[in-house]
Amino acid sequence: MSSNADIYHEMIVDYSRHPSNFGKIENPTIHYHDSNPLCGDSIDIYMSVDSDKVSDIKFSGRGCAICLACTSVLTEIVKGKTIEDARKIQKNDVLGELGLEHLQAVRIKCALLSLKVLKYGLYSYLASKDANADALKQEASSLY
Amino acid sequence: MQTTISVEQIRKDFPILQRKVRKDKNLVYLDNAATTQKPIQVINAITDFYTNHNSNIHRAVHALAEEATEAYEMTRDKIAKFLNIKDRQEIVFVRGTTEAINLVAYAWGRQNIREGDIIVTTEYEHHSNIVPWQLLTQEKKGKLEYIAIDDNGELILDQLDQYLATGKVKLVAVSQMSNVLGTITDVATIISKCKKAGVRVLIDGAQSVPHMKVDMEALGCDFFAFSGHKMLGPTGVGVLWAKKELLEQMAPFHGGGDMIREVHKYETTWNDLPYKFEAGTPNIADVIGFAAAIDYLNNIGMDYVRAHEIEITKYALDKLSQINGIKLYGTSDMSKRGGVISFNFADIHPHDLATIIDEDGIAIRSGHHCAQVLMEKLDIAATSRASFYIYNTKDEVDVLINSLSRAARLFKL
Repeated sequence: MSSNADIYHEMIVDYSRHPSNFGKIENPTIHYHDSNPLCGDSIDIYMSVDSDKVSDIKFSGRGCAICLACTSVLTEIVKGKTIEDARKIQKNDVLGELGLEHLQAVRIKCALLSLKVLKYGLYSYLASKDANADALKQEASSLY
Repeated sequence: MQTTISVEQIRKDFPILQRKVRKDKNLVYLDNAATTQKPIQVINAITDFYTNHNSNIHRAVHALAEEATEAYEMTRDKIAKFLNIKDRQEIVFVRGTTEAINLVAYAWGRQNIREGDIIVTTEYEHHSNIVPWQLLTQEKKGKLEYIAIDDNGELILDQLDQYLATGKVKLVAVSQMSNVLGTITDVATIISKCKKAGVRVLIDGAQSVPHMKVDMEALGCDFFAFSGHKMLGPTGVGVLWAKKELLEQMAPFHGGGDMIREVHKYETTWNDLPYKFEAGTPNIADVIGFAAAIDYLNNIGMDYVRAHEIEITKYALDKLSQINGIKLYGTSDMSKRGGVISFNFADIHPHDLATIIDEDGIAIRSGHHCAQVLMEKLDIAATSRASFYIYNTKDEVDVLINSLSRAARLFKL
């Protein structure tokens, strides 16, 4: 079993210093914000949607290395995907990229905050368009 | 005389300090501002209660009820003596500091705060000394004002004068020691200013009572709140102390058993103090356990506690300040500071730092410490916080320092 400190490998540390897709989008199609009340991680995700595709995605906010690395990876995965594919993203798609599948329970919320924000953001976009949008809300609220 | 006390001796009384964490690491417990560990004397007192004396209190006449009642009430007497409180009826048992402050906000505040009234607190308060006043002032259309802190993390008391000059201040609620910066508040000055202005003062003593001598008679505030679990006692026990005249005027907080004198279908009269504020079966076992904690602290002496913490905090501040990239918060004047050190380490987020050094068995706190107003003021998201108590050693500080250099390597500082 790997120790907790092993999670701080090069990729995580690099992403925390140089996060991908960091910034804001003016007039985004979708904007959603959430935070973790106990630790203070705070993430905003902005997306531009063109013909059902996420043509651009950026994020801003503050967080620990785990949070920033996972948010970076998530935005890389989402960029260019259709809304339909973006909504199918699961937690292990993100955690797997960074070798964080066995992250300790108290830190999982750092890793999954951005996925929660993404799912809520997609829900807010689809709520009036898609009869099955509620499932996204369900998934978001039961992530951790 | 207590000249023979040593930290090694004290550590033997704390079973948890003997255990290993993260496989084979000695536990280095530096999260004492959150809660302290419990000596065997406290653990035994609770076990003894449930093993030999368990009963409800105050009503039944059988032998167990008598023993339980006597032990429960003896804690009240010990607290009175510990804090130099003249009247034991002024001591109300609650769940903790948070409940004590909420009790005042509800039972005193709703009677006394009206539209336009001001409640003053400070920028370094714990959420428990902010949110109850937000709820109250929102309900009553009052106003909440903050005394700001300076670059040393000390209160700018001139601002209090300005608020008092408006003539609208009804209450000043301030902690005696910041749980983040460790700043010891000059409560004597605050209380004297407020007394002159005829303004009530509530002191949050959650961080002060465990760590230094507090004399309620000398202090002269109106309300005082603290928790047992931050001073070797069990969780779930705290105290509200208030002047008798205020407790008498205040409406009850909770209605139920034990707080009544007579109950009729449509009206009720209240029990005497302090029982008017102790509705329902209280936390009997833990109140009794708390007495053992007070005995323990009396035995080593609060002067020793304070002296030990000054020594270890000074040592830690000195070692930390030698590390490149460490940013320390709060004053370096130990006469104005308790055993709490908040810091940040270069660009390592406190949560990452806490996870890394946890591998070495070190327990520190990372986050906003329930003081988001202060975090906003300092313009940071979080800090790492090491906080000390009677059983911590300089060797443990060295373990922390070594572990920080491991974190530095991981983050290529």
